[in-house]
Amino acid sequence: MQSIIYAAVILGIIALIAAVILHFVSKAFQVIEDPRIDDVASILPGANCGGCGFAGCRNLAEAIVKAGTLEGFGCPAGGSSVNEGIAQVLGLNAVMMNPIIAVVRCNGSLENAPSQSSYDGAPSCAFASSLYAGESMCSCGCLGYGDCMKVCNFDALSIDPNTKLPVVDNEKCVACGACAKACPRLLIEMRFKGKKDRRIFVACRNIDKGAAAKKNCQVACIGCGKCLKVCEFDAITIANNLAYIDHTKCKLCRKCVSECPANAICECNFPPKKDKIELAQETQFVNN
Amino acid sequence: MITFKKGGVHPQENKITSQIAIENFPIPQQVVVFLGQHLGVPAVAKVSKGDKVKTGQLIAAGEAFISANIHAPVSGIVTKVDVIPDISGIKKEAIVIATEGDEWEDTIDTSSTINDKIELDKDEIIDRIKSCGIVGLGGACFPTHIKYKTPPRKQVDYLIINAAECEPYITADDRMMIEHGEECLIGIEALLIASKAPVVYVGIENNKKNAIAHLTQLADKKHPKIKICPLKVKYPQGAEKQLVQALTNRHVPAGKLPIEIGVIVNNITTAFAVYEAVQKNKPLIDTYTTISGKKVAHPKNLKIRIGTPINEVLNFVGIPENTGKIISGGPMMGKAIANINSYATKGMSSLLMMDKTESQRGEVSPCLRCGKCVSVCPMGLEPLLLQPFGEKKRYDECEANGIMNCIECGSCQFECPANRPLLDFIRLGKAKTGEMIRNRKS
Repeated sequence: MQSIIYAAVILGIIALIAAVILHFVSKAFQVIEDPRIDDVASILPGANCGGCGFAGCRNLAEAIVKAGTLEGFGCPAGGSSVNEGIAQVLGLNAVMMNPIIAVVRCNGSLENAPSQSSYDGAPSCAFASSLYAGESMCSCGCLGYGDCMKVCNFDALSIDPNTKLPVVDNEKCVACGACAKACPRLLIEMRFKGKKDRRIFVACRNIDKGAAAKKNCQVACIGCGKCLKVCEFDAITIANNLAYIDHTKCKLCRKCVSECPANAICECNFPPKKDKIELAQETQFVNN
Repeated sequence: MITFKKGGVHPQENKITSQIAIENFPIPQQVVVFLGQHLGVPAVAKVSKGDKVKTGQLIAAGEAFISANIHAPVSGIVTKVDVIPDISGIKKEAIVIATEGDEWEDTIDTSSTINDKIELDKDEIIDRIKSCGIVGLGGACFPTHIKYKTPPRKQVDYLIINAAECEPYITADDRMMIEHGEECLIGIEALLIASKAPVVYVGIENNKKNAIAHLTQLADKKHPKIKICPLKVKYPQGAEKQLVQALTNRHVPAGKLPIEIGVIVNNITTAFAVYEAVQKNKPLIDTYTTISGKKVAHPKNLKIRIGTPINEVLNFVGIPENTGKIISGGPMMGKAIANINSYATKGMSSLLMMDKTESQRGEVSPCLRCGKCVSVCPMGLEPLLLQPFGEKKRYDECEANGIMNCIECGSCQFECPANRPLLDFIRLGKAKTGEMIRNRKS
């Protein structure tokens, strides 16, 4: 009985001393953290994907609270709703974010760019790219070994077995940009999702001269400049035998798509085009 | 029998062509000469469309510190200077010449008489090596003259001539020694003058008995400074670091050249090219190539002008049915050709046509932790660790585990019972780790 009392008393004294020390230490080394950081972090998705440019969600929250504005910050994974939530908590004006998505700028499917050799080495785009041009011999095209798919944390990418090209899932992609960094050929670009998911882009990054590019792939951009001429919005530039459509300027008018002789410009999620006779009738009707 | 200490493997030798004399491949109708066929900066074209060139005329100059001159392999007219896919399908700048006759530059001695009196001194020899565009013909194509521009305080203790030819199939060096032994030795004498080394060792693997006997006899008669050293047949005997260790017992530090420890290493065919440059003023415009493979009906050793279309060479010998892979270089370290419509380069030591059954990789299974890769690694590395580090982009750990020491000999992958792509990811990891180290320094 006595020993229990001794033990209880001694432990009680130790606890008291420790409590006093801890009290003073916590006062002396107190870290004052803005409570709003926790509030903002709780709104963010918590996936730590790195798409915002910060290492994790909490780092973004800290940066936003510190800056006191939403200008220049944004969570691509959460999109506008998350941004509005943060704006409410901090009492700021929400910055409208244009939703973005990963776009694969290569259309060198098995049909368009037939294989001229076969590869049985390690299934890694990074390694294959350091070895050779690729099965289709296009030294800028997609290799199809799925480095982008492997790094995607959201299961948004898959390799289509029929084309051997990556396919981006519209719903799942949060535009974190991990795939764009993983692609050794820099084929993946983050572009505006567009109204009703409609997008127009040049699905080619081949910088060879027209004839050489065409030799390996039917739908390679030959840099002819026809799209540049029809574009009314100054959205197209041509450099190194390759056209590029600026998504911030493109108004999705589709003129370049029909003009491209190489079928290198892709449009997605547009309704099928009316044929020319119908169009002519329509314009006549408008003119009358 | 001397050899290197750690690791090594013994692949099936398959030296099918060792008894077949070197044959001249006919001059092609058109040649395509790449400007970057050596290690370092590509040469700069000195001719343009429409120019008439003679065989042996300078057509591209190596102006950077690590670069080499390139000469016209045929006479004719330059039809264009353009980008053309190499054997990997990657486009590189090249000069295209349409052949017209075979008219040589006047300064070149085209006679076959052997001239054994070297009249040039050290600097003249090095200048001649440079102007003739000689590169290391062991495979890496490192410009030879740079090896002899030794830092002032460094003294060369040993000159080593690499005639190990440890890769299976290849016999070009073997035939070179048997058919042009005397010229090779005169070339070595010239290199001795250039390096001021007191002694030279010629390391030859013991499976080339004829070459060893022939060179020993010649060296005993006329060249007292040249020592012929038979080596144990073990791969990678011909790797620079392993050869230096076998012959001198010196260790080349990681990331350093052999000159750091007073050694210069050159290939035997390079020595022959040096002979032609020094005594005949002939630039490097040929490559000695073994065309072989188990199913090839008439394998050959060929002397080919650089820029010759590879498919013409292959069709000259005959591509067997069911060929799965065509390899430029040896089966251990060579590179599978993705584009056979490419052209011969200075360092193309062999073209191997492998049957589908032997060329395809086996099914990859998980690592057994058997440690075979560790026991065969000649650099004492642990490939089973380095492979996942390279694959998972853990470059700090790659560096800590000595990935930069890897000589990419492929012994680990050759020995792996689980068919793991060890060397593939080690190569990738090595390239990325090297990049990381360079970025850190700058």
